[in-house]
Amino acid sequence: MMILSGDPPRSRVLTLLLVVIILALAATPFLFPGAKALNVAAKICVFAALVASYDLLLGYTGSVSFAHTMFYGIGSYAIAIALYGMGPNWAAVATGIVTGLPLAALLALAIGLFSLRVAAIFFAMITLAVASAFQVLASQLSWLTGGEDGRSFQLPELLRPGSVLISKSLFGFEINGRILTYYLVFAISGLMILALLRVVNSPFGRVLQAIRENRFRAEALGFRTVFHLTYANCLAALVAASAGILNALWLRYAGPDTSLSFSIMLDILLMVVIGGMGTIYGAIIGATIFILAQNYLQSLMGVASKAAGEAGLPLLPGLLHPDRWLLWLGLLFIASVYFFPTGVVGRLRKAGGGKSAGGPH
Amino acid sequence: MTDLAATDPLPKPKRDLAPVLLPIALALLMIPLIGSTSSWLTLTAASLAMGMMIFIMASGLTLVFGLMDVLNFGHGAFIAVGAYVATLVLAPFAASIQADSLWVNLAVLAPAALLSMAVSGALGLVVERVLILPVYGQHLKQILMTTGGLIVAEQTLYALWGPQIIPMPLPVSLRGSFILGDVAVAKYRVLAMLIGLAVFIAIQLVLNRTKLGLLIRAGVENREMVEALGYRIRRLFLGVFMTGSALAGLGGVMWALYREQVHASMSDDLTVLIFIVVIIGGLGSIGGCFIGAILVAMVANYGGFLVPKLALVSNILLMVAILMWRPRGLYAVTSR
Repeated sequence: MMILSGDPPRSRVLTLLLVVIILALAATPFLFPGAKALNVAAKICVFAALVASYDLLLGYTGSVSFAHTMFYGIGSYAIAIALYGMGPNWAAVATGIVTGLPLAALLALAIGLFSLRVAAIFFAMITLAVASAFQVLASQLSWLTGGEDGRSFQLPELLRPGSVLISKSLFGFEINGRILTYYLVFAISGLMILALLRVVNSPFGRVLQAIRENRFRAEALGFRTVFHLTYANCLAALVAASAGILNALWLRYAGPDTSLSFSIMLDILLMVVIGGMGTIYGAIIGATIFILAQNYLQSLMGVASKAAGEAGLPLLPGLLHPDRWLLWLGLLFIASVYFFPTGVVGRLRKAGGGKSAGGPH
Repeated sequence: MTDLAATDPLPKPKRDLAPVLLPIALALLMIPLIGSTSSWLTLTAASLAMGMMIFIMASGLTLVFGLMDVLNFGHGAFIAVGAYVATLVLAPFAASIQADSLWVNLAVLAPAALLSMAVSGALGLVVERVLILPVYGQHLKQILMTTGGLIVAEQTLYALWGPQIIPMPLPVSLRGSFILGDVAVAKYRVLAMLIGLAVFIAIQLVLNRTKLGLLIRAGVENREMVEALGYRIRRLFLGVFMTGSALAGLGGVMWALYREQVHASMSDDLTVLIFIVVIIGGLGSIGGCFIGAILVAMVANYGGFLVPKLALVSNILLMVAILMWRPRGLYAVTSR
């Protein structure tokens, strides 16, 4: 269990679920033909990593940050601006990475140091304010970011759909640059989640949990809690920025709606809470449930809304309208905070009789 | 109008006048930077009006936090709900809005505002009972619960009213400006200032002159002690929460009239602004909230005039500057 850092799922159903999800994601290009399935799978990969990094903050340190999309956006924009400005080559990709990641880490450091200097309760509010200011900034600096339109760009030759690596005649499947990009996203997301699992199960991760449970006590034991919290903040920001880079590479686009908007922040919150806070595995489950719902539940709701409309029921067509799917997820969110704060993962672990650990109570 | 900034009956906890002088100093400092006195006066009046509206919306939030240590991230929902409810009254009586008589206009506006306050207050009751009661004393869950509440409220508004922007025209008699020499002050801003001042004075009177206010202030400072003396602070808190929600609803109506449109997403931007105000003022302090609101509005108006690109970022800079000076806000009233 070295690869899982000695922190296995601890529930048969959960293990099965994770294996199915990961196998399905790994085989998506071959199992489910069509661009939509591949897009959904790539989004699940990116968000699983993004949500896992948010879980490091929310689930393990117990601090609510509303600036996580900002770091995600920094990664997206860094790579997009680099590839847009320097043309589709690997040097641009490298430039995007070496500017985006340090920028995200530095900003996280600044926010951490600033908001931890004042009362800890301010953290959530300050991150919210900074994130919204950043969003305004990104849409205002249109010469750099493309404003509301964002930046579309070309990928390096190797990653384009047009470049065929293994032709169809060999295995019956065509391996092209698009599929290579997908596996790049898949592999890096997987590695980041494993790395986060390593972090939370290290002595450092234990200190974070101690801070979550009782900050005063952790401080009394001699841990520099400000250092630990800021460090965790920076780590989470780095992973979020990397997820942003992957997302931009996959979409070949970075814009306010896909990488910065407040609704993405709410999506992340929903995913981490529904999946299970303080478990890391919850991120995979939460992202999968949420994104599948986002992409496939909506069409279901459309059918239901139409049926309700034809049956002449009042109000229901509006409430079931595909655009209102967030309403139902919001209710699910409240219910899950209230009734099962440990999320799907916590529930499964409890049902399996395994020792339930982690998750703020 | 000129002397308003200087003669405001601002809150004066003994010996701590520096925060009171801050907005006055800022306003005076802007005279040479802006250049023309008439545009300075117009901008100052605009910031005072905007500040009052923000204050009305933020006052409930700061009291709720101060009294019960509850961080309500869904406060913005009450603002949006208030604005939408007002359209229920204002839309059918569009004719009275178009009438060129102050009294006819007010006869429609006042019930609309009162209905908004009643609905927001009632919603506050529900939110407190359903969302906040189960998670007392747990900040993390409070934030999550109230954020969930915000999502649900916003989506419900969309479901009931549709996603489009609803226009909310100003009554005829409140359009236009008072012209004094070469200074123009919009009529609606004067009304907003008057209402804001009235709310501020009313809150101050209740807090400082009644037994209820005494209990609230005591509760902000030390909850356990008030409970130990036999007062049911839970009920007191429910009252404060409902009042705060009702005020947010009133603020929503005023803001919607100011912008002349209603949209569920208006709560998002305002929530950020209100948080900044509450942090600047010091969580739990009404006086700090009042000064913070005026400061934020001043920075927005003067900043928007001088450096338009920095409108929202300037608020963050203001917050950073204030917190560097006083890490717990202008007036730190709670022991937390």
